Amino acid sequence: MARTLETPAPARRFRQSAGRQHHAGPVTYVLLVVAAFVSLFPLYWNVVAASHTGERVVAAPAPLLPGKRLLDNLSFAWNQVDMGEALVNTTIVASLVALSTVLFSTLAGFAFAKLPFRGRGLLLSLVVATMTIPPQLSVIPLYQIITDLGWFDQLQSVVLPSLVAAFGVFFMRQFLLEALPTELVEAARMDGAHSLRIIWHVVFPVARPAMAVLGMLVFVQAWNDFFWPFIALTPDGSPTLQVALAGLGAGNHTVDHAVVLTGALISTIPLLLVFAFLGKHIVGGITAGAVKS
Amino acid sequence: MATSVRAKRAGSPPPAAPPSSPGRPRGRRAVPAGLRGRLYRWDIKAIPYVFIAPFFLTFAAFGLFPLLYTGWLSLNRVELGGDPTWKGLENYTDLATSEFFWNALLNTFTIGVISTVPQLLMALGLAHLLNYRLRGRGFFRVAILAPYATSIAAATLVFAQLFNTDYGMINGLLGWIGVGPVDWESSKWPAQIAISAIVTWRWTGYNALIYLAAMQAVPQDLYEAASLDGASRWRQFLSVTIPSIRPTILFTIIVSTIGATQLFGEPMLFGGSVGISGGSGNQFQTLSLLMYEKGWVTGALGQASAIAWVMLLLLLLIGGVQALVSRRDRTKPGR
Repeated sequence: MARTLETPAPARRFRQSAGRQHHAGPVTYVLLVVAAFVSLFPLYWNVVAASHTGERVVAAPAPLLPGKRLLDNLSFAWNQVDMGEALVNTTIVASLVALSTVLFSTLAGFAFAKLPFRGRGLLLSLVVATMTIPPQLSVIPLYQIITDLGWFDQLQSVVLPSLVAAFGVFFMRQFLLEALPTELVEAARMDGAHSLRIIWHVVFPVARPAMAVLGMLVFVQAWNDFFWPFIALTPDGSPTLQVALAGLGAGNHTVDHAVVLTGALISTIPLLLVFAFLGKHIVGGITAGAVKS
Repeated sequence: MATSVRAKRAGSPPPAAPPSSPGRPRGRRAVPAGLRGRLYRWDIKAIPYVFIAPFFLTFAAFGLFPLLYTGWLSLNRVELGGDPTWKGLENYTDLATSEFFWNALLNTFTIGVISTVPQLLMALGLAHLLNYRLRGRGFFRVAILAPYATSIAAATLVFAQLFNTDYGMINGLLGWIGVGPVDWESSKWPAQIAISAIVTWRWTGYNALIYLAAMQAVPQDLYEAASLDGASRWRQFLSVTIPSIRPTILFTIIVSTIGATQLFGEPMLFGGSVGISGGSGNQFQTLSLLMYEKGWVTGALGQASAIAWVMLLLLLLIGGVQALVSRRDRTKPGR
């Protein structure tokens, strides 16, 4: 973005950031390197711990360099503790939740941003207000319901409550409010297009970048969700990775800390890979969603 | 786009006729104009509600109904798998006299403060640093966001090892400079600090990026004016940056407070086999942990429901304070 400095367009100049005309001094770099180190070191050490024996992990001084046991630990975690099944379950849950949240949030976000209807303002404030309700308020009845339905320890019990999220509706509404010209919707309407056609041919093409970002954010959230899955699923039934990890952490299968941390690594690696490749877009999505709210 | 199709349909008023997509049954075209017109008007009027229906139906089924039902359960004695019997406000009065409840409430508050305040202050500082013209900006941003991609469970299991009293690396480092060993698990304050460290580690980068985006939207003129007035960069940070991003700061305070109120996974997994009771002496048992213990260990779902509703009331209280603060903000002159 520093390149935009060369373009003298006044609109761009307005968006220039405050400090950015100042070059960072050495102190800034030192502090940022420290911050990056603190952020990344626990992840690095997770790899280190997952590559030693359990005895070595719990011996002082703690190991700092990778050992040779990574593959053994991985295969043990995969076969004995069934992290493989948990990985598949988590992928299914997170994908379904992300897909459905993106779809329904785009529809609702479009309605709130561009379609006039009675009660719009009130309903939108209601959507925002629901964001503050913690899951603790619903888990007891939900637990009774899924038990009655025979869904306890089945994946649908964690998918269904997360089919759409207030955050997503608000996120898409904020995006479409600015990104989608109202005239475009009206023109399509004048051409006689019905609403589903408008959604498909006008809204989706415009919303695609925001849908992608929302999809990634929701995927990460669903992947890492803990409280409700911990209640609705069991480590020995059909767990997500987080539930399996909780079982490992509580010593359900093993007290071999190297295996526990190998499990943690298995749960983290897929998301870190996503971040390594798409990190820039996720960073952009987080910042875009927050400023407008 | 589909004008030729429309022209071929004899007698139908053009704007009222939605062009049919190829996959649509052809019979639709034979519908009389009046009905089609009505369908069109129905489409305009009803479709917004159809689009928002999935959210509100999901919320009604999995949010509102359970919330109200939890409220009703909180007025009953409910055992796991048993029928409720009416108790009135007894669950709440029991809580008011329970030392475990007050302990959990206090722990939730102290861990909340220790994890939120340094987290947001550091995030502000980091955002300020990232706002300079930097080499490797993309790397730094992704690096500080990496903890956000790490789950509560994975992060806590790693930190539990790093904070281990006997062999953990943190006591190793402290011993090296002649401090400790600190008992991070069974002493109250060290345990709460360790748990707060996990929360802080996971969320600082995320908040920093939110602040950064807000800082980048601050108009340049404000800084130019300030620097013409001879304000130092620190002065500019305090009197231009901070006031300009105040709404964003308020937003992050709210989000962090909501998160802190429901803290569960970090203390539970940090405590290992005594996690649900929040350590052997309940020294880091939060409201969420107490609720889980009441509901799923003791099997007293009525009491657990009462704790859940206390949390809701707390959040409403916080929301009320926030609304007051932001209203005072708006009515301040010159804002």
